[in-house]
Formats: sequence, C-alpha cells, structure tokens
Amino acid sequence: MNANGKPKLAMYWASACGGCEISTLNIGEHILTVDAVFDLAFFPCIADFKVKDVLGYPDGYIDLCLINGAIRNSENEEMVRLLRRKSKLLVAFGSCAYEGCIPALSNLTTRDATLRAAYLDNPSIDNPAGTLPQPHTAVPEGDLEIPFFYHTVKSLDQVVDVDYTIPGCPPEPHQIWAVLQVVVAALTQGGSLPPKGVLLGAGSVAVCEECALAKHEKAVARFYRPYQIRPEPGLCLLEQGLICMGPATLSGCGALCPQVGMGCRGCYGPLPGAEDQGMRMLTAIASILDVSGRPGDNELDLERKVEAAADTIVDPAGTFYRFSMAHSLLRRARTDGVEAAVPQPAVWS
Amino acid sequence: MSEPFEPVIIGFTCNWCSYRAADLAGTSRVKYPPNIRLIRLMCSGRLDPTFVLKALAGGADGVLITGCHPGECHYLEQNYKTLRRFTLLRRTLAQFGIEPERVRLVWASAAEGARLAVEIGKMVEEVRALGPLNWQGVIADDGDPPIAIYHPQSEWVQGVAA
Amino acid sequence: MSPERIGVYVCHCGSNIAATVDVEEVALWASEELGDRGVVVARDYQFMCSSLGQELIEADIKEQGLTRVVVAACSPHLHERTFRTACKRAGLNPFLCELVSIREQVSWVHTDRAAATEKAMAVVSGGVERVTLHQPLEPLHVPIHPATLIVGGGIAGIQAALEIADSGYPVYLVEREPSIGGHMAQFDKTFPTLDCSACILTPKMVDVGGHPNVTLLTWSEVERVDGYVGSFTVTVRKKARYVDESVCTGCGICTEKCPVRVLDNTYEAGLGYRKAVYRPFAQAVPKYPVIDRENCTYFQRGKCKACQLFCPTHPKAIDFEQKDEILQFQVGNIILATGYDLFDCRRIPQYGYARLANVFTSLEFERLCNAAGPTGGKIVLRDGVTEPATVGIIHCVGSRDHNYNPYCSNICCMQSLKFGHLVKERTGAEVFNFYIDIRTAFKDYDEFYQRVLEDGVHFVRGRVAEVTDAARLPGEEGKLIIQVEDTLLGKQRRIPVDMVVLSAALQPRQDSTEVAYTFGIACSANGWFIEKHPKLDPVATMTEGIFIAGACQGPKDIPASVAQGAAAAARVLGRIHQKELALEPVRASIIAERCSGCRICNNLCPFNAISYDTARMITEINPALCQGCGTCVAACPSGAITGTQFSNEQVLAQLYGLLLLNVSSGPVQQPQPALVPA
Repeated sequence: MNANGKPKLAMYWASACGGCEISTLNIGEHILTVDAVFDLAFFPCIADFKVKDVLGYPDGYIDLCLINGAIRNSENEEMVRLLRRKSKLLVAFGSCAYEGCIPALSNLTTRDATLRAAYLDNPSIDNPAGTLPQPHTAVPEGDLEIPFFYHTVKSLDQVVDVDYTIPGCPPEPHQIWAVLQVVVAALTQGGSLPPKGVLLGAGSVAVCEECALAKHEKAVARFYRPYQIRPEPGLCLLEQGLICMGPATLSGCGALCPQVGMGCRGCYGPLPGAEDQGMRMLTAIASILDVSGRPGDNELDLERKVEAAADTIVDPAGTFYRFSMAHSLLRRARTDGVEAAVPQPAVWS
Repeated sequence: MSEPFEPVIIGFTCNWCSYRAADLAGTSRVKYPPNIRLIRLMCSGRLDPTFVLKALAGGADGVLITGCHPGECHYLEQNYKTLRRFTLLRRTLAQFGIEPERVRLVWASAAEGARLAVEIGKMVEEVRALGPLNWQGVIADDGDPPIAIYHPQSEWVQGVAA
Repeated sequence: MSPERIGVYVCHCGSNIAATVDVEEVALWASEELGDRGVVVARDYQFMCSSLGQELIEADIKEQGLTRVVVAACSPHLHERTFRTACKRAGLNPFLCELVSIREQVSWVHTDRAAATEKAMAVVSGGVERVTLHQPLEPLHVPIHPATLIVGGGIAGIQAALEIADSGYPVYLVEREPSIGGHMAQFDKTFPTLDCSACILTPKMVDVGGHPNVTLLTWSEVERVDGYVGSFTVTVRKKARYVDESVCTGCGICTEKCPVRVLDNTYEAGLGYRKAVYRPFAQAVPKYPVIDRENCTYFQRGKCKACQLFCPTHPKAIDFEQKDEILQFQVGNIILATGYDLFDCRRIPQYGYARLANVFTSLEFERLCNAAGPTGGKIVLRDGVTEPATVGIIHCVGSRDHNYNPYCSNICCMQSLKFGHLVKERTGAEVFNFYIDIRTAFKDYDEFYQRVLEDGVHFVRGRVAEVTDAARLPGEEGKLIIQVEDTLLGKQRRIPVDMVVLSAALQPRQDSTEVAYTFGIACSANGWFIEKHPKLDPVATMTEGIFIAGACQGPKDIPASVAQGAAAAARVLGRIHQKELALEPVRASIIAERCSGCRICNNLCPFNAISYDTARMITEINPALCQGCGTCVAACPSGAITGTQFSNEQVLAQLYGLLLLNVSSGPVQQPQPALVPA
C-alpha cells in the first residue's frame, strides 16, 4: 500500500486497438475525479510503467484492474495472469477482452494464414525476403525471443478468472463513468459491489429498444451491403435489407450506429440468456428472409430460391460473429492445420 | 484402431411428420443403424440453430434435421423458415470447417418411414467415413506451446502455466 | 444432486422391446448411473400400459413421493395420454410425465442387442434430464361465445345456419349477394333424383330468412376478424341497398317501374336481363330489392327516381341517401361456406365459347332449362327460338387438365348426364357426351348413368380437340363441328351438332386467398381452403374455432355440401355446449422485460397469435391463438420468447442427456469430451 492509502488502478491492453483507452479518457472532466480517487499502478497507454514494477507489487495490490484486448499471443496471456494475481478486481473491459472481438475473427482460419496475411500476402507489405516473426532467433548477442503467436484467440475469461465485464467496442464513455462511480463508491464510501460475474455498463434488452428508427413487420427479399443502397432515413435498417445486429445485441450504446444509417455491428455482445449471438442473429435473419413457397412447389426450385437469397448475405460467420467469436459455442474453425476456404459469394450485386 | 468408429448423430424431428415417419419405420420394422438419437420438437420451425451447435460442441458427430415436406407443414408454413435457417446455418458451419455431410436437412412425411430409415443409414455411413468430430478437441488442441517461453526465468510463470 | 425424485419405468412390451433391448439392464443402469440426476426408482415391467403397470407407477408416486416420471416404452403418439392420465390419478401433474420411445425408435428398428440397449439408455437419460425441467401445466380454458358467424349463404351455409339456429343458438349469416341461395338457386333439376332445385331449396331459404335465431346480413361482406376461438370480434360491411328494409314490403313495383335493363351476368349467367333496382330472382330471401348504383340513372345522371316516385309505402322505402353500415359483433365460432367460381371457358379458345354463339357453359344451360329462366325452360339456341336437333356435351372443361386445373371437379359427370337427360326429355334431340372417364361413385349415381344410357344418349370417350364452325364435309354446314379422337374406336371423328354445352370446372373463389388471410386459415396452391385433416377432420381448420363447409374446401355436389354444413354445425354446437374449450398448454409467451420491440417475430405466425403493442412498444402473444409450433421461440434474437413444454432449456437438457454428458461413465465406447456446461 502506498502511503496515501488511495486505491490503485491499472489498465492494460492485450490484443487491442487502443480504442478502449481513448474511450476511457473520453469520460471528460470526470478523469479528474478518477485521478483524485485512484493512484495509477500500471497504465502503459498514459504513464510509463514497466513490467518489473508490477512484478514488484504484492499479490492483490491493485484494487481495480481494467483489461482490454483479446488473448492473441503468449505475452497477452502472461501479462493477464500476472495482473490477475496482483489485482483484487479484474474487469474484462471492452469487446476484445469480453468475447474476442475483431482479433478473434482469425479463429476462422489458421495461425499461418493470419501471419501470411499480415507479413506476406498484403499489397501494403514490402517484405521481399519473406521474413516472418520467429519465437526464437539466435543473434551474436544471444537468443532473442518474442511472444508466441497463438493459433486460437481467446477471451479474457477463458484464461483467467474475471470479476466483471464491460461490453462494447469500445465501451461508451458514459457507461464507463457509471461503472467507475459504482466502484469508487464501493472503495471509498463502503458501498456494495455488484455480484461477481455480472455485465456492467450495459442495458438489459436489445439495441432496438434504444433505436428511434420506425419498426414494422419484416419481410426482406434480399440483403444489401452498406455501400449498395442508401437507406431511407427514419426506417429500421433491417427492413430495408441492411444487416443490423441490433435485435441480437445488448443495449447500452444508445443505438449510435443505426441512427446514422449503419447497421449495428453487434459489439455489445449477446443478450443475457442468449448463449450464442451469431446463431441468434442467423435465425432471426433467416426468419425474416422473404422466400417461401406454396404447397406443391418443386422442392429443388425452392432450395434454389433460398440459396439465391442467402447469397446476398456475404460471409455469414464473419458477420454474425464479428465480435463474439471467442465466446461462441464453436469458438473457432476446425482447420486441421489447413487454411479455411474464404467464402466466395456467388452474388456481389 | 480395431473397432470401427461409431458416430453419434442427434436427430431433430417434428411432432407431426418426421417423428411419425420414425414411428412408421418402427411399426414396419424397417432397420437402420442405432447411431441416431431423436429429439421430438413440435415443428421443425422450433429448431433453433443453437441446438445444432450445442449438439456438435457437446460431442455429437452429426445432426439430422427433419420436418414435413414444404407445403405440408402442420403449422402451414413454418418449415420454410427451417429451410432458410438451415441454408444459412450450413453456409456458416462450412466457414467453421464442418463438412456439409454432418448437418443435414431431410423432409419426411408421416408416410415416409422407409425413406427416413434410408436417409439415416446414408448419413451414418457418411459421418462414419468422415471420422469423429470431437469439437472439444478442436477447441482444446490449438497447437500452441505452453506459455513459459517469454520469460522462462520468471518464477511466477511456473505456478500458473499448469 | 437433483432436487427431483424421478421414477423410471422401462417396458418390455412383451418381447417387442425385451427381445432387442436388455430392459433389466436399462432399468438397473438408470438407477445406478442416474441416481445423482434424481432417479430414485427404476423398474422394468412386462406391460407398462396395462392397468397393473399403470398402478405400479401410481403406487410409486404416492409411496415414494415421486415428482417426475419417465416411461420408456412405445411412441408418445400411442400412450402419452395413458401415462399422463395415470400420473394425474396419483396426484402428479400430467405434464411432469415424459414418455420416451424405445420401441418404434429402438427395438423395432435395430438388431444389435448391445447397441440397442446402449441407445435405450441414452434415450432414458435424455428423458430424465428433460423431465427434470418440466413445469406443471394446466390446460388453457377459453369461454365460448354462443353465437356463430357463417360466411356464405349457399346450401352449405344455409344448412349449417339452420342446424345451429334450430338448436337455439344465435347465428349471423353473411352473404355478399343481395339474396341467399348460392349456385343452387340457379339450377333447374338436381341429380340423380331430378328434384326441382328451387322446390327443395326455397323452403330452407325461407326458414333461415325468418328464423328468430338468425341475423341475416345479405349484400354484406366480412371486413375483419379479430380475437380468437371463443370470442372473435367480426366487422361486417353492410353495403347500402338504397332500400329501407324496415319499410319495404317487397311488392316489386320499383323494379317494374325502373326504366333500365341490365344484362344479368350473375344470376342469369348473362342470358337474361334485370332492372337497375332488382331482386336476383323471384324467391329471393330477403325479399328486399337492391339498387345497382353503376346502372341506376339517378346515380349516374342525377335524375329519374322513378322507383322512389312509384314506391307505395309511407315513408318511401327507396332511400338514395343510404350509406354503407359497419357492424361489429362477437361470435365464438366461424363457419366458412364461401363456395366456388365457375371456370372461365374463354380460357380454352379452341372450344369457341363467347366466339361461337351456340356454345354454352353449364351454368347458362342450367338457366336455359330452368322454368323460371330467360327462356321459360325451353332449350333453344342463342337465337331464343330454334330447338337444337343435336347437342354435344363436353366434360372436364378446365378440369383434369394440367393447363388449367389438375383436379377432378367432381360434379361434372353427373351434371352432364343430367343435361343429357333433360335434352332428351324436352327436345328429343340427339345428345353426345364427350368424356374422359365417367365417375358416378355415389348413391344412386351409377343407376342414373344407366338410365341416361337407356335414354339413348351417345357417349364418346375422348378429350375434345376443337369446336369449330368451319365446315369441311357434307352435312357440316351451319353446324358446330366437334373434333375428337374417339379412343374406344381409335379414330378421329367430326361430329356436327347444333349446340355445345361445356361442363366447366369448379374453381376456388377468385378472392379465396384474401378470405383465407382475413380468417387466418390456409389455402392450397389451387386456392381451396385446407382442412385440418383430409380424412379425420375434414371440416375443421388449423385455426381453432374456424370451420369450413361445402365447395370452398374442394369441388363438391349438393349432398356433400349439405353434409359438411351439418358436420361443421355439429362441431360448433359441441363447442357451444361445452361452454368453454380446453386448449393444450403448449404455448409460446413473451418475456416482456427482454423484448426490445424489434418486431422480427411479428410476421412469423400463420395463426396471427403475434401482435405488436404500439403503446408499450413490445410484442405480445395471444395464448388462445398460439398453436405451439415454437417457430417464434427459435426466431427471437433476444431470447425473449419462451415456450411451455418446449423451452430451450428443456430441449437442451434432453440433448445433454442423449449425449450422456450427465453420467461419469457413459456406456458409449468412444471417449466423451468434457462438456462446458450450458
């Protein structure tokens, strides 16, 4: 414990984009309150700490540790295990830590394919020697080691015990502040903490409840990608054939994306009790797809009609599991070491 | 491997057509392999694709979805929704590396007991040829080495890596 | 450790199960391996469904305090009710009993005893896990309003209305034409007895028109149906007649004085004329005329009013200011008897209808024969005077023809035979019937066929290729020539006749799909309403409280329509007598606090059980309309819809049990992966 007795705050990024930190700083003038209440114990994004500082803390030294980012490599895993030991409360902060998010989309393919895409098969890469990161490299000065790149991206709770989860990519600042207030109240005024394991900083129903767009009965003949049509303002995007994950996504964000004509991407994750966000959205989309038949129709013709309509939904796994892959029932593709075939839509129009 | 692989297949049936087809296969004493275990739903429209994922993740090697023929749904038109869900599900599962033979949709009227038996037999053989799915193995075996490569000297890694 | 106390009962079914499944082993396994899943007793027994077997379960429920029962025996479709009833007798809610099939789905379809026994264990395990999550359920009771709506005032609707009204219950009979009577009112004679159609129909029309329990709403159409079995709210548009029914005496002076003659395409099938203010026919019920706005001089040009001028009542019964009325009333059940449309024979141009004057449709011919028809019952050519010397009657026009309707129209054979007989009787002309098959399958029908054969009517087996007036051979001039391959002679024939009658197909009403939508029932691809079961429930529909009768369900003759009208009435009366209806409690329901109002599910229910509450901005499910299919449960992206008896948890529990993830040492040989529990 430091002499001043203030609670200790840490925020660490594993495999993440940095948006979570920006969103945290976006709580505005409340950051002054955070500064007044907490001592920073570890926060690589805004203050210079070293791993050895953390190693030096006694176990449980950090009162509140926010971890964003998925577990992509051995360094991520090592750091979160370390921080878990040093922290009283560990929070999975943001979609990556919660459910894998964009990094976990690479679970649809292999480690090798991901590395190749990043270092070789990419128009913006200049790598004539075809150099790939190696865990061990012998140089004259000795052995160099860099973190090992995992085959499967995991969520934080699949690696360490997590006390709370704040969803969102990134979590909305007002939600972050609301959660911080609860924790601050508990730490400084003896307020009670929420029960372990709960989702904080989110609503309890789907995004549609917060969405002001007019909703009607739905029957969609085909779907479009966002660039293909200009949605009519004020009208539910799903009804216009734009995939909007709102119905299968937990509220809390204020339905920001649909309000500006972009379908919800699903970053707040599934609703409580809905186990697999991707399947929930898949079944809903299939349900409103307006392809039916009449008695006596040829079954093959019917299947062809359904296939043609399904062709308009490009990359279903990537769309429906954009944020929740690591937390889904299947978690990753079965590759048997072989790179998964990239789905080629039959129809791009 | 001396013993042949015996796949476990979960079959979802609707109460009105395909479950009755399975009943009819029984009363007509048509034989099919015992690898399939049936769950009765009221309608194939009740089939939440999550059930299929649960079955696969829980150890089943295949899932057979059955319902009334299109146009013959007891609930008028709900099996069209089944077909749509199945079509999207199959495309999604392909991206997860699951062979199309493992998840199949078969329409069977209450009179098609023998046909249902044939379809079950065919599916069991196809899945047997594919081998076990073992999804928990897919999740667990990620080909990653133990994590103690970054700071092998760190005392704290030793305790938690196990 | 499960809090439930579960009894497992494995049936030998004599040797039906025991020969292939080691039932003792299954029971033993259940008591040992499923003990910590709640199984406290597991027995095998020779015949579980016998009274001794049932008593065994009842005794265990009472003595061992069982809270759940799993019976492993035959298909639930056979004995689910038996075992549920047994549980109920012992004081256990019947829905806490699960019957799993190890006969139809195990012992009868498998041969390997070890594998079959293993599968039986898995099936029992699935049942145990599932029944643990079952909830005690009570049937849903809905009160039945005693009134009935009958749509369509043809013979089927009239019959149904009289049956119900005579039993003392109120009936609303809605007919869109100005009079009830339907197609039967247009016919002359009815086969096979050749009763005069009007003679047997009009007394019934009068009965229904004057019945104290019948509210007759002619010139009216059902606009909306809300609610569900037991309490439908019906909205009917009563079109303006421009005649005040409370004053009109039906004297007919207005019709007499009306200066406008209109070709009557409905009742007279285009063969006769009516006035702009008219009753369709003399015996119309109700007796009040109606003004045809489209053809009325006053409505079209703003002056005339002859009808009003001459109307002898005080005040005048003619009321040009009358408006459509919207009526709303409650009914408990609905019978649809909306009948059929006649096939438009112009669709087969080679038969020449509407091009060759003396080609008639069957309905036109009925009017020709009818003593009250435009020719006073004289069978004459279109010129109105010439009797034909030869008449050709073509069967299956638009029926049994993949270009038009694939089905058999059922009545045309008998109708054509009747026509043949009437022509012979009234003109002595030569008659040729051109048929594909003669179908005379009901009581006294074939006898009638024999009689017509004896009348000397000629029968040519073959589908007519063409009816033409282009004469090629001597004797064909001025005639209609029927070109046909006589398939019994095996040669082409050209038969010159003076008159051709086309036995046109019966088709669904052209608006049958919209009507089906209004009432929430199903239509086949052809457009006929679909019954609940083609054999065992021919007058009910999949929508509770809505019944169908007569030709709206498929082509039918008068006896069959009457029988269906009476059958539908009997079904309705049974409901009314019970005063309330018990519905299976397998229903979906919305968990309101989870519903975001996304409206994904709103379009999914063919029974209109799902509606959107605009005030609360969430979706609701009407349990009385819900049929329990569960499609909306599976569709809800928020997991906000659940279903009794088929909840996600129950299905997944059964799956968990079937995969033997609930036991530490499953009997399946291959290694079971560790489960991440649900």
